[in-house]
Amino acid sequence: MSSVTTADPAAGSTATTTAKVEIRAVHKNFGPLHVLRGIDLDVRAGEVTVVLGPSGSGKSTLLRTINHLEKVDSGTVSVDGTLVGYRRSGNKLYELRERDVLKQRTRIGFVFQNFHLFPHLTVLDNIVEAPVSALKRPRKEAEAAARKLLERVGLADKAESYPKQLSGGQQQRVAIARALALEPGLLLFDEPTSALDPELVGEVLDVIKDLAASGTTMIVVTHEIGFAREVADTVVFMDEGRIVEQGPPAEVLDSPRHERTRAFLSKVL
Amino acid sequence: MSTPLATLSKTDPAPPPAAPPLRVVPTRRAGQWAAATLVLVLIGLGLVSVVRNKAFQWDVVAQYFTSVSVLRGLVLTLWLTAVVMALGFLLGTLLAVLRLSANPVLRAVSWGYVWFFRSTPILVQLLFWFNIGALYPQILGVNTVNLLGPVAVAVIGLTLHEAAYAAEVVRGGILSVDRGQIEAAESLGLGRWRRLTRIVLPQAMRAIVPPAGNMLIGTLKGTSIVSVIAVQDLLYSTQLVYHRTYEVIPLLLVATLWYVVVTSVLSVGQYYVERHYARGTAGAR
Repeated sequence: MSSVTTADPAAGSTATTTAKVEIRAVHKNFGPLHVLRGIDLDVRAGEVTVVLGPSGSGKSTLLRTINHLEKVDSGTVSVDGTLVGYRRSGNKLYELRERDVLKQRTRIGFVFQNFHLFPHLTVLDNIVEAPVSALKRPRKEAEAAARKLLERVGLADKAESYPKQLSGGQQQRVAIARALALEPGLLLFDEPTSALDPELVGEVLDVIKDLAASGTTMIVVTHEIGFAREVADTVVFMDEGRIVEQGPPAEVLDSPRHERTRAFLSKVL
Repeated sequence: MSTPLATLSKTDPAPPPAAPPLRVVPTRRAGQWAAATLVLVLIGLGLVSVVRNKAFQWDVVAQYFTSVSVLRGLVLTLWLTAVVMALGFLLGTLLAVLRLSANPVLRAVSWGYVWFFRSTPILVQLLFWFNIGALYPQILGVNTVNLLGPVAVAVIGLTLHEAAYAAEVVRGGILSVDRGQIEAAESLGLGRWRRLTRIVLPQAMRAIVPPAGNMLIGTLKGTSIVSVIAVQDLLYSTQLVYHRTYEVIPLLLVATLWYVVVTSVLSVGQYYVERHYARGTAGAR
């Protein structure tokens, strides 16, 4: 796509254990709106799953249930065999206290469409914040790790800048570095390039591709079909709160079985 | 690059002389000049009359401006303002957080507090605390009359009133912070206290500082109400003098000038505080 620097993948590689994800019969309503209508999805450890679908199909909501930013109405989400947001005892699910949910979230990195960097903190402080305050890492150590991550996303010289001084693409790369600072076993991307100017999309996708090659489990909600074809192990197509079909990109993208998938692809390709 | 140009200039005749740059002549604004002159003259006449009018008794103003009793009053006004602001905003922040909590009882209590303390006059609140002994002569075996002197009453009364207004200012500031900031902090596993103090409040400060500056200046002058319960603040200490000497106008001017001086200093301070909290926003630095 573009020839933006993607640093040597080995440079900042950290020994992270990758996680598998199991989603079972998940339903979610927003008032009268039934956004998720029984989602079952398995993501194997180390695989990249790309979720496609029209706006309002529930793909972002699904992603947000995986780190409990959105509570499910029924069904279960588990990451590496552990239920997210609940504890099971017999046939009952007990809601976890916030402290325990927060601890679970430190194992899951989340990248937002609009970056949501902390504007009053420097790039370095943005990245260091979670390791220092959530994982109680010594600040020195966290800063050294943060600088390595910045190098990895090609922004080693921007550590002391404030987010607003960076381009959209650079901000999103900082946001990715911030998510990586917790060394998560699972990375969730919610339309990471949708808020970017077209010429900045490539630099962010290159960073994500680089991560995909490093073997972290990733779920990416996106409209970038080319990216899905190149990077995904599995492509999931969602519509109206259901998974319409899923499979390897060659299958879903090139010879979709479902009429709805074909109609969607013909519009975006 | 330079060679072709050099050859060109040798062979070609000199280019025609460039036309002289056009000069811009601004419109004459006679009306603006006339209006400005008129306003300045009027202000000048006013000032001259203030200076020359013997009834202002500027010599008396100068005599008392730095007198010990006035300076003592000034010091009391300053620390009373500082204490009331600090405690008021501390309590106000707590009230704002309660108001935004998920607990409906806490929300209602916070709302009720603000409703009550905003809907009763501060003068009545002060007199109420001043006369608390009439309602509760003893609390836990201690005589309330001995417990609360005039200064303590002033601090309590003004703080509780201030907190109601501060709560709304802080709440407005918190609500101005993008919801995505909180989600980002949650997704990074930051605890509730850390989210509030590290992510939300610093960003809320941009919306809090201007109205808080308003409140600070309002409180500075508003503390003069404690003269009704005989606390010797800046205004009351000048009143004590003119009750004795009948030089009412010059002593009120003494108090007024001090209020102006302190307010001016605070306004300059506000500029720097605002600049501090604007860091990281587009256009800053």
